[in-house]
Amino acid sequence: MNAIEVTGLRKSYGPVDAVRGIDLSISTGEIFALLGPNGAGKTTTVEILEGFRTQDSGEVQVLGFDPRTRGHVAREWRNRIGIVLQTTSDSGDLTVIETIEHFSGYYSNPRNVDEVINAVGLDEKAGSLIRKLSGGQRRRFDVALGIIGNPKLLFLDEPTTGFDPEARRSFWALIQELRGNGTTIVLTTHYLDEAEALADRVGVMSDGQILEISTPSEFGGRSTSKARVSWRDGTVLKSQTTDNPTAFVNNLGADFNGEIPELTITRPSLEDVYLRMIGEIDE
Amino acid sequence: MSEIPSALALGLRRGRLEIRQFLRQRESVVFTLLFPVILLAIFGSVFKDTIAPGVTFSQYFVAGMIASGLVNTGFQALAITIPLERDFGTLKRLRGTPMPASSYFIGKAILVTVSMLIQILMLLGFGIVFFGLHMPTDINKWITFFWLTFLGSACSTALGIAFSVVPKSGRGASAVVSPIVIILQFFSGVFFIFTQLPPWMQQIAAIFPLKWLTQGMRSVFLPDSFAGQEVAKSWESGRTFMMLTLWLAIGVFFSVRKFRWDRD
Repeated sequence: MNAIEVTGLRKSYGPVDAVRGIDLSISTGEIFALLGPNGAGKTTTVEILEGFRTQDSGEVQVLGFDPRTRGHVAREWRNRIGIVLQTTSDSGDLTVIETIEHFSGYYSNPRNVDEVINAVGLDEKAGSLIRKLSGGQRRRFDVALGIIGNPKLLFLDEPTTGFDPEARRSFWALIQELRGNGTTIVLTTHYLDEAEALADRVGVMSDGQILEISTPSEFGGRSTSKARVSWRDGTVLKSQTTDNPTAFVNNLGADFNGEIPELTITRPSLEDVYLRMIGEIDE
Repeated sequence: MSEIPSALALGLRRGRLEIRQFLRQRESVVFTLLFPVILLAIFGSVFKDTIAPGVTFSQYFVAGMIASGLVNTGFQALAITIPLERDFGTLKRLRGTPMPASSYFIGKAILVTVSMLIQILMLLGFGIVFFGLHMPTDINKWITFFWLTFLGSACSTALGIAFSVVPKSGRGASAVVSPIVIILQFFSGVFFIFTQLPPWMQQIAAIFPLKWLTQGMRSVFLPDSFAGQEVAKSWESGRTFMMLTLWLAIGVFFSVRKFRWDRD
């Protein structure tokens, strides 16, 4: 069974069509990244999946439940999912461990509190008031609250905004570890390198529709597109795009009779392909 | 896999957390709990007259302050803090967990009850020590005191939760809620003797629960001889019970139907 199954999803706000017919399947255990510019309909889509909004039409199944469900069935459903929203801005008068401990009581089968604090790297901050945490620490605390219930499905909304590079790396490692335990993860992010590092598949939304869904390496025909070979010839930087970079470099190597100065071979990054795709829509 | 905890168990858990959080916000602890005592000190020092045989203005005023304390710790506190929690994203985060709305409401009710009890004890203690406040000796008056306190507090809590959808933002909540409370206090005979207010004010006040709460508290703290000086020439206990129950029902109805976890 797929973790998420969406067919024909539509949602308007007055005259504005935020989501204009989306079909989407996310399989169990997958990390799926939803990308797109602001106003593309990502947030609306994810909030419908999370049960915060209701659609105008279309079918949505999340872990086999309709997110519009209420009452006791909704509690059973929420018991199985974790949601990491944008960070809260409350005065933070409780400590890390107090809050995580409190939230663990909401679930039938929570993870161990100390283990979760350790997993997000906040051991040394366990006794600190939340308002004393740095931006990155507070974000990791948000994630701790999202995973304390031992969710089968985790929603992450721009989890690493404001992280320094090192914190992002250790955060990515945490997400990989969760996936290793079989958790399905739906990620929205503005960072294309993050999607590339984490996601099994990425989907790009624009103007309320999904433009493409594929693996990061095949996205937009990346894996088969021309490569760019660059090198230095004397004082001049040269570059050449080619379908056969290996043969090209072999010939070049023969010309130089050894090392080619400042050689690089690149294919379009996910970001290049993404920007081209979004740009075409705008034009 | 074990069962999801019951709504009541989670409500008690929320109550503990709410109290802990409240006590750590020192400014609001001082403001909420000490403000009525400061008011009593000011009014008690300015108005030293007796308003009826054996009834000092302080005695009259304490009854009004206890009644309006129920409005402060319930209605006012909740109608201001819940919109803030909504703006902060705290409510949306809670919405994403298996904790039901009823547990959140129970937690708030526990917080209101505890801060109300502290406030009442401080007012009574201060009144006895500095202003010669007489405590009721009749057991029936104490019974009235208890049902009034708990019914009034429940009513105030429910109306505070219901009203929390009205302020557009957390920052503006205080500007919307506080004037309503202050005007009601003036109209309901907290600061002035109710029967000396213009009749139109009395009639408006009679629609709202605070007037009935203050009148009820007077029936506890003033001698029964004073009942003859009320508008209806009686304490109207039955009517008070009815009005508070009606407002409680209205508050619960709108809390359950209209509560909002999210800003938009």
